[in-house]
Amino acid sequence: MNAQTAAGAKPERKVPPTSVRGAAMRGVAARPGHEAIETKGWLRAHKWLLLRRVSQLGILALFLVGPWFGWWIVKGNLSSSLTLGVLPLTDPFLVSQQLAAGQWPYREALIGGGIVLAFYLLVGGRLFCSWVCPVNLVTDAAAWLRRRLGLKGGKAPAGNTRHWLLGFVLVIAAVTGSLAWEWVNPVSMLHRGLIFGFGLAWGIVGGIFFYDLLIAPRGWCGHLCPQGAFYALLGRASLVKVSAAKRSACNDCMDCFAVCPEPQVIRPALKGVGQDHPLILDADCTTCGRCVDVCGKDVFRITTRFNRSES
Amino acid sequence: MTMNDKVKPTARAAASAPSPRRRFLKDAAGVAGGAGLLALGAGMYAKQASALPATAIRPPGALAEDDFLAACVRCGLCVRDCPYDTLKLAKLGDGVATGTPYFEARAIPCEMCEDIPCVVACPSGALDRGLTDIGKAKMGLAVLIDQENCLNFLGLRCDVCYRVCPVIDKAITLERMHNPRSDRHAMLLPTVHSEHCTGCGKCEKSCVLPGESAIKVLPIKLAQGSKAEHYLRGWEEKDAAGESLIGDQVELPVRGLEDKAYGDTRVAPGEGPQVPDYKPAQLPGGGLDSGWKP
Repeated sequence: MNAQTAAGAKPERKVPPTSVRGAAMRGVAARPGHEAIETKGWLRAHKWLLLRRVSQLGILALFLVGPWFGWWIVKGNLSSSLTLGVLPLTDPFLVSQQLAAGQWPYREALIGGGIVLAFYLLVGGRLFCSWVCPVNLVTDAAAWLRRRLGLKGGKAPAGNTRHWLLGFVLVIAAVTGSLAWEWVNPVSMLHRGLIFGFGLAWGIVGGIFFYDLLIAPRGWCGHLCPQGAFYALLGRASLVKVSAAKRSACNDCMDCFAVCPEPQVIRPALKGVGQDHPLILDADCTTCGRCVDVCGKDVFRITTRFNRSES
Repeated sequence: MTMNDKVKPTARAAASAPSPRRRFLKDAAGVAGGAGLLALGAGMYAKQASALPATAIRPPGALAEDDFLAACVRCGLCVRDCPYDTLKLAKLGDGVATGTPYFEARAIPCEMCEDIPCVVACPSGALDRGLTDIGKAKMGLAVLIDQENCLNFLGLRCDVCYRVCPVIDKAITLERMHNPRSDRHAMLLPTVHSEHCTGCGKCEKSCVLPGESAIKVLPIKLAQGSKAEHYLRGWEEKDAAGESLIGDQVELPVRGLEDKAYGDTRVAPGEGPQVPDYKPAQLPGGGLDSGWKP
């Protein structure tokens, strides 16, 4: 592959010099997504990122305008909430822990949990991670800084640690008869802290930031978080998927791999490893759409799992 | 132009791939071990950190603490629906299980809303909706914990805890006692009755002492001793049986208290043996009975 590009491929297949591979060949720091900005313009090269930030901050704002301005649209937090006094929404991850701990919740929590469960089952499990979860802002910031500082290496635990952790979270709930994980769960703690006050929870958030920045690249969201693992389980059959529809145009610049929070999910679709269609069906994909943004060749698009077409 | 979209042969993958079960087990054991340790740490921390400080009171209708910690999803809906900002969610470092609701009576006590909005708001079952009469709430139990500084115990008429009690004359009564220090006054001692106390904390909030309150609401587990089941209370047995179980006892009369119930030696003003021409001794330097007239 190296030889091929070095041998001088045709102009449109040339690896852009700012991309991960282009920079590696020149021995300089990569600027993934730079080519996309040049070819598509800044706005289009950040479309999904901006939409995601709007979604994350918008949802947070819905929770915050109550305590800040007294406009009670949503009460509560991501663990359980009440919208406009009628719509209950509950995190099914918490309901699962509660059931494991031997408590049967009221109807509101069951209905609310059912609604959230159905949404992520249908639409996309880890959409929660990239479009709702506030920790994503923290770990994205760490990953961005890691790229900007050119920090290499680090040691992340195996990617399936989170699945084991998810199992153990339910086991300790059953053994201790309490929602033991919620004492330390950074996901619920950050969201609750933003709305109800932090105390020392900043320490845990800072811990995750520096863990991701200095120790384990994408360590928390990509390897440890049992809540993400829970939503990944929900996303196995969900509708919204990323497709490498124009993979024939790929110039192997590797920028998508550099920005992807779960880089292992790209290869099967982009390079046709173990599958023929261009859909990213791996449940670990968070459908963040960052690969769509940074690709100067518009290889990726967000579509449904039924759309296997290539263009 | 040529497109490099052929599916690459996966010979390399095949060569390095499924080195069998042993490697899988080894990897899985390592990962599972790590995850297990992390979960174990969280579990042990949770157990260790589940002790509730004595001044932290749970909302009305809260399940027993163990069940409460299994049921509460830490959403804060009870906090939001509390009209008096009594309830707050514990922050990390508050010493209360993170994210669970509690209040501190000395800061803001429970106002005992009749519709109990906090209980209605709870989706998780941590606050029991079986509680519909706030008068039956058992958030904690008030205890007059510092008898050395309580003004009523010093012989003054403060009475504030008694006056503010929403269940006045039932949950807190003033019990009249002889004041042995002055030997001629009464002390009216605020006395809490667990049967009626809801643990709202208004007494603790309004105690006039400048810093810590002399009367405090404590978790019932801390405040109350367990009942001595083996000890038969003779008077209760007597009421139940209609007569004393050990026959009538000799009741010796107490001079001057003949018309009072046997054993009741409390003396109200004007009662008891009257000494003719009794005048209390004059205290030097004024004070009580100094003869001052407005």
